[in-house]
Amino acid sequence: MLRGLRAVFLRELTGYFITPVAYVFIVIFLVMAGVFTFQLGRWFQAEQADLRAFFDAHPWLYLFLIPALSMRLWAEERKSGTIELLLTLPVSRSAAVIGKFLAAWAFAVLALTLTFPVWITVNYLGNPDNGVILASYLGSALMAGGFLAVGSLMSAITNSQVIAFILSLVACFAFLLAGYSPVLEFFQGWAPQGIVDAIAGFSFLTHFQTISRGELAARDLVFFGSVIGVFLGATGVVIEMKKGQ
Amino acid sequence: MSEMIVTAGLTKRFGSITAVDRLDLTVQTGEVLGFLGPNGAGKSTTMKMVTGFLSPTSGTARVCGHEVVAEPLKVKERIGYLPEGAPLYSDMTPRAFLGFIAEVRGLSGTAKRKAVDRAIEQTQLEGVLHQPIETLSKGFKRRVGLAQAILHDPSVLILDEPTDGLDPNQKHQVRRLIREMAAAGGKSIVLSTHILEEVDAVCTRAVIIAKGRVVSDGTPASLVAKSKYHNSVSLGLRPPAGTMVFDELARLAGVAAVEDNGTIEGGERPLVRCTVMAVGGRPIQEAVAKHIGQRGWGVEWMHTQAGRLDDVFRQITGG
Repeated sequence: MLRGLRAVFLRELTGYFITPVAYVFIVIFLVMAGVFTFQLGRWFQAEQADLRAFFDAHPWLYLFLIPALSMRLWAEERKSGTIELLLTLPVSRSAAVIGKFLAAWAFAVLALTLTFPVWITVNYLGNPDNGVILASYLGSALMAGGFLAVGSLMSAITNSQVIAFILSLVACFAFLLAGYSPVLEFFQGWAPQGIVDAIAGFSFLTHFQTISRGELAARDLVFFGSVIGVFLGATGVVIEMKKGQ
Repeated sequence: MSEMIVTAGLTKRFGSITAVDRLDLTVQTGEVLGFLGPNGAGKSTTMKMVTGFLSPTSGTARVCGHEVVAEPLKVKERIGYLPEGAPLYSDMTPRAFLGFIAEVRGLSGTAKRKAVDRAIEQTQLEGVLHQPIETLSKGFKRRVGLAQAILHDPSVLILDEPTDGLDPNQKHQVRRLIREMAAAGGKSIVLSTHILEEVDAVCTRAVIIAKGRVVSDGTPASLVAKSKYHNSVSLGLRPPAGTMVFDELARLAGVAAVEDNGTIEGGERPLVRCTVMAVGGRPIQEAVAKHIGQRGWGVEWMHTQAGRLDDVFRQITGG
């Protein structure tokens, strides 16, 4: 199990770097993170020694960038026929699913890590709560994993990368919106509080915001862990179902 | 000899279509089995089930004693497989790609390097190791696919149309490679093909399937012997004007029929072309030669034909 997973992981991760995908992604991610934080988030004007504006931008950044990262995971294998090669090698389906996912996740975490100058800046200018920042980074990484797992499933459903991108975007958007206040207010007008809470409970936004306030609750970790587990499991099932087509 | 591949009642249905229908097939060590059949006969589907890519609807396939559904990884470890069209990770270089295959197959360090080097040598990939696979010619891509399949020196090699789309030189190289691997011994090789001459060139056994069932199983020679042209004699004669060549030949003992291949007028005597077919494929060339000699006909050519695989193929698969 492990040797196949490791080989798939390494192949996939190096795969990002032999094409321009990695560099384009990282550059755009960093530029956009900057734009959201400094322009739209008015971080300097706020004169607050925290990274609230920076992290608040992450869900919306991921919404567009993560589907771009995950769309090729399985769609490309199916399109080029290499899925037949991969699945007739002595590597189990789950090892292939997890290996690919972990490679994409590692790459996303690398991009996230490269935002460290922002952290250095805030420490230079003031005295932020570094514990909260660390928790926020962790929350952001977990949220990226959640988005990627959703994207992995969408990529397994189709052999078109464009369709995979759009499906992932829509699905991720739904997961975000479920916790967005205007949407919740819409439900609050008529739906019982239990249902509103349930909808909010499924939102990446709600869980991410809890973590990025510095409240590292098991509930939120379990949430993202479960999302990743469920969507990767579903990816495996879909791949098995669609093999013959 | 031992049984390397055994399928029993192997069946695959896609909706209402039965692609492979209760297929029973046993392949022994040392055999090079040519898997023939029209498009859509179920060749690829059978290979996909034996290699564990598709699960059978019913029936079983065992490779080296391991059942493919129950122990897929054990089966996959023992098989080298070239899928149809030789799909490859085209943005990798052959070196990196083969390295990946070696790692998935559990090789590392020296063992990995040795296996990769050996596969590269056998498929003569030395010149293109560091070019992205997508920039390679079709022939090289196919060789990378073959290198990947033989990397771990598998006991069972399954090649789905290994020479499809290659030029005659490339086909020759691939066939030579297959023959070399068969000669090294201890392996079973199964290859599917449309090209019937290939079966003659590399296979020890030819299996024809149609509509998912085995319709013929034997040596390539026995397959050829089923041709109505087996041991027929093709003639180009210049007999005197007015000779009833076809009637005379048809009356000879052992002759089943005479096929008129057209007469070319011109010169002193016209050139009469025909094929004399033998009853039951038994040799008739001596009788034909003797008759022609006695009658003193001019002979432009005379060859005995082994038979035409194309005809047998059409005959059997009902195309």
